[in-house]
Amino acid sequence: MSEQNKNTVDVLIVGGGPAGLAAAVRLYELGIRDILVVERENEPGGILRQCIHDGFGVTRFGESLSGPEYAARFIRQVREYGIRVMTGAAVTNITPEREVTVVAREGLTVWQAKAVVLAMGCRERTRGALAIPGERPTGVFTAGVAQAYINLYNRMPAREVVILGSGDIGMIMARRLTLEGAHVKAVYEVQPYPSGLPRNIQQCLNDFDIPLYLSHTVTQIHGDRCLEGVTVSQVDERMSPIAGTEEYISCDTLILSVGLIPENELSLDAGVQLDPRTRGAYVDEHLQTSVPGIFAAGNVLRVHDLVDFVSMEAEALADAVHKYLAAGDLPEGKVKLTAGAGVHHTVPQWAEGKEPFTVSLRVVRPMDNVWVCAKQGGHIVGQKKMKKALPAEMIQLKVNPLTGTEDVEVYVQ
Amino acid sequence: MIKEFTCVVCPNGCRITAERNSENEEYKITGNACSRGLTYVRQELTGPVRTFATSVGVTGGVLPLASVRVTAPIPLSRVKEAVELIHAQTLTAPVHAGDVLLHDFMGLACDVIVTKTVEACPEEAAR
Repeated sequence: MSEQNKNTVDVLIVGGGPAGLAAAVRLYELGIRDILVVERENEPGGILRQCIHDGFGVTRFGESLSGPEYAARFIRQVREYGIRVMTGAAVTNITPEREVTVVAREGLTVWQAKAVVLAMGCRERTRGALAIPGERPTGVFTAGVAQAYINLYNRMPAREVVILGSGDIGMIMARRLTLEGAHVKAVYEVQPYPSGLPRNIQQCLNDFDIPLYLSHTVTQIHGDRCLEGVTVSQVDERMSPIAGTEEYISCDTLILSVGLIPENELSLDAGVQLDPRTRGAYVDEHLQTSVPGIFAAGNVLRVHDLVDFVSMEAEALADAVHKYLAAGDLPEGKVKLTAGAGVHHTVPQWAEGKEPFTVSLRVVRPMDNVWVCAKQGGHIVGQKKMKKALPAEMIQLKVNPLTGTEDVEVYVQ
Repeated sequence: MIKEFTCVVCPNGCRITAERNSENEEYKITGNACSRGLTYVRQELTGPVRTFATSVGVTGGVLPLASVRVTAPIPLSRVKEAVELIHAQTLTAPVHAGDVLLHDFMGLACDVIVTKTVEACPEEAAR
């Protein structure tokens, strides 16, 4: 492709879901006009289009909205401002020099962007990732696929249902399937604690008398063409199935809600370094990745539990991109943040530390009455007390400005 | 007697306890981070209420379904009946987010509103 055929843009946003839309709106409000959002679906809104339950927006808007309504607030703003959104268009490559290739029905275009925003979200772990033995019948879906069938395409894929994994989407689908006339027999969770939010255990399972079995997993899938049943087993503390605990459960549908993975194939092409713990980019408090001018926010950075935080993170990203465009670069984060005792990961993983910033983290197991602390060279630079800390809930910790370049350890005690 | 509740009002999901020693005593409620938790548990003790969402079929639209929700919680015991009543409805495109599908639903002082705009299908309109 010759230089003449290359389009230019100030900010190219990859993904028109909650993160991409919130970033676009905020960038516009900061005075940036040359923005392009690239969305591979035919409509913007991302996963919110199929999340018809309410509970979105309590933090961001102070009211409880359904997913489509939450998305519509941002889509309306994007349209009002006249921000360009290319739908039905897929980004196929991003270079470290921020050259972005887009494939759409109209053909292929190449864009030179001053800044690139990664907002691709995440995807679901599938049966393949779990390596459940057995046959390969129809009737095994991830929770999000079942949700799309029911809420977008008006197809009811289930009568007798078993759900593996106590992630929020799985529990929400337990309620949806029940209300649509299916019988959800049980939810099985391999870990000794639930992976979704406590309120979903109440309003999606307990309210409908759906039992939740912890330390249990599916160990065999039965059915020649269509699913006929599954074998479930209890697991020990190392999550290995215990012989003799097998139980056969007949069902025509197995729903998997076993985790989400940030979708970072394009980030890798761009040379962005990924954190094996979050499976998202290493970023500093400006949400800039290891490649200058490439930023990331939302579920592509690490899986959030609330869309409200995705929007707010994307808005913080927009503030940083605005500064980057004005100055030509941003100071590099030189202080490393490490996940200490009880902490699974932190975002950001690097910090410049000139101004106060917020670290978000997840704990490795449920804990009661703990202090979440950040310490640099013997000095506490941030701490808060928590009555309960759950892996299902992202914890946010304010950190004071840092001095020097010594590592900051984030830990729970 | 001690009863335990998980508040569903917001994502915090406070673990709230209600305790009383005899039938004619008032419950002592602890563990709620805000006043909404107090209201929630008082309601749980007398009769749980919940919000819910479902979908309604749309004819002549670019999508086959429009999602709907109730604007206020209704008794949990009537949620299934409520979903059946809503499923008996159909809409004709275009429909808009915010349109009221059913007013004063089941006499429960709440509305059922559409939460997704579904435009009319251009081909259908031309026929």
